[in-house]
Amino acid sequence: MGAHHTGPGTRGLAFRETTLFEQSVSGRCAVDLPVCDVDESEVGAAAALPDHLVRVEVAGFPECSEPQVMRHFLRLSQWNFGIDSGFYPLGSCTMKYNPKVNEAAARLDGLAMLHPHQPVDQVQGALQIAHETQEMLGEIAGMDAVSLHPSAGAQGELCGLMVIRAFHEKNGNPRKRVLIPDTAHGTNPASAVLCGYDVVEVPSGDDGVLHPETLAGYLDEDVAALMLTNPNTLGLFEGHIGELAELLHGVGAQLYMDGANLNAMMGITRPGDQGVDVMHFNLHKTFSTPHGGGGPGSGPVGVKAHLAPFLPNPYVVREGDRYVPNGFQQRPDSIGQLRAFMGNFGVVVRAYTYLRELGAPGLKRVTELAVLNANYVRARLRGHYPIPYDTTCMHEVVVTTAGVAPKRANVDVAKGLIDLGYHPPTMSFPLVVEDALMIEPTETESPETLDAFCDAMIELRRQLDEDPEPLREAPIRPVVRRLDEVTAARKPVLRWEPDGD
Amino acid sequence: MRYLPATDAQVSAMLETIGAADIEALFEPIPTSLRLDRDLDLPPPLAEEPLMRHLRELAGKNTSMSETCCFLGGGVYDHHAPELVSQVLLRSEFYTAYTPYQPEVSQGTLMALFEFQTLICQLFEMEVANASLYDGGSALAEAMLLVDRLQRKGPTRILVSNGINPQWMEVLCTYLKFRDDIVLEPVELGADGLTDLEAMRAQVEGAAAVAVSYPNYLGSVEDLRAISEIAAAAKAKLVVAVPDPVALGVLKGPGAFGADIVVGEGQPLGIAPSYGGPGVGLFATRKKFMRKMPGRLCGRTVDVDGNDGFVLTLSTREQHIRREKATSNICTNQGLMALAATIYMGLMGKQGIREVARQSHLKAAYLRKKVGELDRFSLPHDAPFFHEFAVDFDGDVQALLAKLAERGLLAGVWLGRVPGGGENRFLMCATERNSRQCIDDLVAAMAEVGGEL
Repeated sequence: MGAHHTGPGTRGLAFRETTLFEQSVSGRCAVDLPVCDVDESEVGAAAALPDHLVRVEVAGFPECSEPQVMRHFLRLSQWNFGIDSGFYPLGSCTMKYNPKVNEAAARLDGLAMLHPHQPVDQVQGALQIAHETQEMLGEIAGMDAVSLHPSAGAQGELCGLMVIRAFHEKNGNPRKRVLIPDTAHGTNPASAVLCGYDVVEVPSGDDGVLHPETLAGYLDEDVAALMLTNPNTLGLFEGHIGELAELLHGVGAQLYMDGANLNAMMGITRPGDQGVDVMHFNLHKTFSTPHGGGGPGSGPVGVKAHLAPFLPNPYVVREGDRYVPNGFQQRPDSIGQLRAFMGNFGVVVRAYTYLRELGAPGLKRVTELAVLNANYVRARLRGHYPIPYDTTCMHEVVVTTAGVAPKRANVDVAKGLIDLGYHPPTMSFPLVVEDALMIEPTETESPETLDAFCDAMIELRRQLDEDPEPLREAPIRPVVRRLDEVTAARKPVLRWEPDGD
Repeated sequence: MRYLPATDAQVSAMLETIGAADIEALFEPIPTSLRLDRDLDLPPPLAEEPLMRHLRELAGKNTSMSETCCFLGGGVYDHHAPELVSQVLLRSEFYTAYTPYQPEVSQGTLMALFEFQTLICQLFEMEVANASLYDGGSALAEAMLLVDRLQRKGPTRILVSNGINPQWMEVLCTYLKFRDDIVLEPVELGADGLTDLEAMRAQVEGAAAVAVSYPNYLGSVEDLRAISEIAAAAKAKLVVAVPDPVALGVLKGPGAFGADIVVGEGQPLGIAPSYGGPGVGLFATRKKFMRKMPGRLCGRTVDVDGNDGFVLTLSTREQHIRREKATSNICTNQGLMALAATIYMGLMGKQGIREVARQSHLKAAYLRKKVGELDRFSLPHDAPFFHEFAVDFDGDVQALLAKLAERGLLAGVWLGRVPGGGENRFLMCATERNSRQCIDDLVAAMAEVGGEL
């Protein structure tokens, strides 16, 4: 084992670290509260809590000092790979650089320290940010109204589908089915089911996109909507989207667009102009807000005018120089709230900052370079990895190891990339490509980085051909190596216990 | 553009490698009829210095809570977050990472989630907790969906106390809007501001679950022991919503009373109010329901060398594997906010969490006593309370709150449109941050302004 842990630059500062519970020493405390200036004797018996509800101590809570806690989390951070650590070509996730100015903006006292129950007059700046973000997102996507309410992309999907269902119900029939292409992300069907719809999968064509004649075979008056990701998870633009929209509208169905891949469209084309009725944005993808190790995200929903009355409450409107969050009284057809208050406002502030920094020319350049970078990777990897849909791609490219290496060799490539200093690409989908490696470089990576990454990929292919065995041992450099996920699921240990498991 | 490294010369070279004449050629798959034939109409770009000046101006149009004496609660609570929390959150190895799908390079996030799950279990006195959900409201909705999955057959009828945060109730109703097979039945509040247990007893037969808030929206501390007995007698699951987990520094965890599912909002655990989000949804249940619970779960395991490590586990419940058969559509947790809560609880520890809770309770008790002595103000309830309580004013409450707000005193949340509330009622909250001086100032201003209205 020792030999595995001597790779350069990997173990130097990455000390072993135990949990806070194991480090706890009875009697320590990492906070000093002010001396309480109210005495129990002066508040009287009325304040007493009933004996049977009173807690003596929170058993198990750790007892540490502040320096100890700081070192603990600093060490944990050293075990993580983030965008600031290196290239993170995780397909469909748009792992672009997260500007530092965004963080400064969101931490301004006048934005972070706002209570949602403060009077409207005390939060005009916040409401202005929300309103202007609604407007800017609407312009970028060609949508008439945008709600910042949903907490993340998946909640945005749920919200968008609920809006569609509310619209159909208002017209007398909720309808039964939601159509989803076989290239779709897993949240799409899960969201549709939560909304009470049956899911029908629609096959994409040999060229990787959905064809009008295929869709036509699935359409009738029971279809509520088609959920399309554009560009799709193969990185291809759904070129027939205009005709698909016409077909759907012909039977009264709606076109929902998963906006996960909006990074490929800004300033070039707009979903609203393509016939999309509803879409969600991922502020944590396209608009540079941090992924946070799995949230918080923000998944605003944009709609065409006919669906605007159904958007969640509250919704910020401008009345002269004043901004007002409208609620149920003004918008009785609203689906209601999907979360308390105004959504993930702190995330919205970051996206607003990004939008104001880049403006129209910046956003268009972002899209151009994101597409350029993906096509450059495609060109560099051609001949080294099969590219099932080798045509001009948008923001990402999908390659595979299928056909040139044993099953699941894509995992070995991914783990090999870790040892070479890269975060692996996406492998869990698209389901239509076996052993996929879905690579989304984003615009914030330099050609030098892309070249080094492609060289690494090419070297790993060479290793797969010559002697694939050592790669099965990868990674050898991180603080842990391949983990036993089967036992983790069979005998789950989901919390620390004093006597181990 | 500082975030875009490719130079013009590099772009040309890359196009040559690709075999494209220009960048325009890369957009050839998009039909020209769908192209935007104009520039986007957006405000002009701002460089960093003018950008920050603009943002400071916008922030300046707001009144920061830091400039006020704040007694607002009602779902978002003003506890002090130690400086260390925000400094660790700025470690970009944490905040620029994705969901930890690649465990070998995500052990930091994963160990923190493992600690988070443990701390939430300890605080709630429950067996398992997930790695977090969006917020308290969606966590409550997911709890009801879990109750439904645990039902063997027939429609799921759930009794919900009117003491649950009305915004959480609205979220719940939205989630269940198109689920006719789950029926919510409200249980009224009594005159004491607590859930009417006689009514609950009369309604409980055949219910799949009983859901209450602890403490409730009016600040009153429900008697979980009695409620648990009512639920158990009817074999109904007990769901408990915790609006401010800090309360559990002095109150027994819901698990101690046999709760089956406990949800909560983790914002009070070291997370800035940020006008209501992001916070973090808390979710815990019994071990036997583990495989049906929603959301990410982190588990401990070993690597090929036998070293301890952590992975996301039981993912066969989740949307990326199970698609339409998933336990929830949720794709992420609220990772960075869960980290914040973990750091907060780690710092507080056994003594700190108790002291924050004790001080919050004492400050609220002092405030309540002083307000109760004022003319035209009265205290409608005498149930036990933690750090929130309802107050009645013999006059126009909204005018009163507005006048106090002009003086930088955020006295409370109007309860005009909520169950157990009324036109003349508002909700006050105190935390360890409210000094005695600040409380005395508020009470003096209430007397003065109240006298004028």
